[in-house]
Amino acid sequence: MLSILDYRAGNLTSVRRALDYLGIPCTITADPQEIESGSGIIFPGVGAAGTAMHHLQASGLDRVLHEQTQKGKPLLGICLGCQIVLDYSPENDTRTLGLVPGRCERFDDQWTDGQGLPINIPHMGWNNIRLQAPCRLFTDIADEAAFYFVHSYYPAPEAEYVLGTTEYGQSFCSVLGRPGLWAVQFHPEKSGRPGLKLLSNFYQYCLEVAGAQ
Amino acid sequence: MLNKRIIPCLDVRDGRLTKGIKFKGNIDIGDPVETAQRYYEQGADEIVFYDITASHEKRSIFLDVVERVASKIFIPFSVGGGIASVDDMRQVLWAGAEKISINSAAVKEPGLIEQGAAAFGSQCIVVGMDVLRVAPSETIPSGYEIVIHGGRKHMGIDALWWAREVQRRGAGEICLNSIDADGTKDGYELTLTRLIADNVRIPVIASGGAGTPRHMAEAVTTGHASAALIASIVHYGQYTIPEIKQIMHDQGVPVRMIW
Repeated sequence: MLSILDYRAGNLTSVRRALDYLGIPCTITADPQEIESGSGIIFPGVGAAGTAMHHLQASGLDRVLHEQTQKGKPLLGICLGCQIVLDYSPENDTRTLGLVPGRCERFDDQWTDGQGLPINIPHMGWNNIRLQAPCRLFTDIADEAAFYFVHSYYPAPEAEYVLGTTEYGQSFCSVLGRPGLWAVQFHPEKSGRPGLKLLSNFYQYCLEVAGAQ
Repeated sequence: MLNKRIIPCLDVRDGRLTKGIKFKGNIDIGDPVETAQRYYEQGADEIVFYDITASHEKRSIFLDVVERVASKIFIPFSVGGGIASVDDMRQVLWAGAEKISINSAAVKEPGLIEQGAAAFGSQCIVVGMDVLRVAPSETIPSGYEIVIHGGRKHMGIDALWWAREVQRRGAGEICLNSIDADGTKDGYELTLTRLIADNVRIPVIASGGAGTPRHMAEAVTTGHASAALIASIVHYGQYTIPEIKQIMHDQGVPVRMIW
């Protein structure tokens, strides 16, 4: 059972729909015991960093995330959930969870795209990932596969946590973490078959970890 | 590099896919959920649904379509038609749509853009603009005027001014439909598309006039659009989405080729 972390930050049903389609058991929950007994956590991101952190702290879920990831519970952060695992976000000047060292940054509106035109912000649409280190999430996903992004801030973790990068004006980190604690800036639940494959790769990892314990 | 998007547009009436034929009214051309699923499997990058159901009572039929689509396709899709309040927006977003699109409602009540952006984030709010070419004047310096009701009602609003205005109010994207080009199959209105795309910092979807894949390539190269909306060119099997993408790819346009 995967726990989709409910921190009252908007609509979390699109991740659940994707997992339902894949036949992966899941629940949208904020209950620490349910999260602890589940085999992995999906931390979806909707909304702004400040509001999200406020809800996480008020509900004590920030501590739950620290405890569970320290115990080796697999975690997958998505979009805002990718930025919030870092130490700091300039969005609402927010101290974030600090599960992975680094911060996030806003896209610079002076950057230009492949046509030499100023980039649009948010970065919205389908873009590619260049893996910088082996990552289990991408098992059996073609190198040329594209994923769906919608964001104005991007993660900038310390170099050893950069797993994949994407080009938008400049190269930025789009996949980060370490084995068992991953975060992706794009939306796998909206990225067609490659995105669904990534979600099932995460679930496979969760099952292995749960089976080994 | 960010790929250019190909977006099929589906008109839905009373829960069925429909096509308006001049002087003949609307004809049923299939099931919207099956069609959306087919386009998803063929590599559409996004899908747009317009609810053109006349009566408000039948809204639940459309929301049911949205929910069924959301459980079967895993790419973003937006929903337009019949959205005139934040509650209307919430209904379709909660039913599983990624974005909502407002057109004449935004012209009549521009505050709706801010309200929607504040409630759900700018990335959810697409503003549709129907534009007609007119003689440049003091009121319409760009020579492009905002119209509603399929072009029957002139609003006395300059399209370039309106594009900047909807961006300022928090729109996340503009769907730019040329009434002059719509239905011609002669290609998108490239002058208009480029004028708007160059003067806003949010993505512009070109709409109206697609007849060949080359037209779509032009919209995103010469026209500087981020995406091209298509309808009859795929609905009647003239081209499939993979064929369109292959042709665009061969012309050097970055498009998503694996799905």
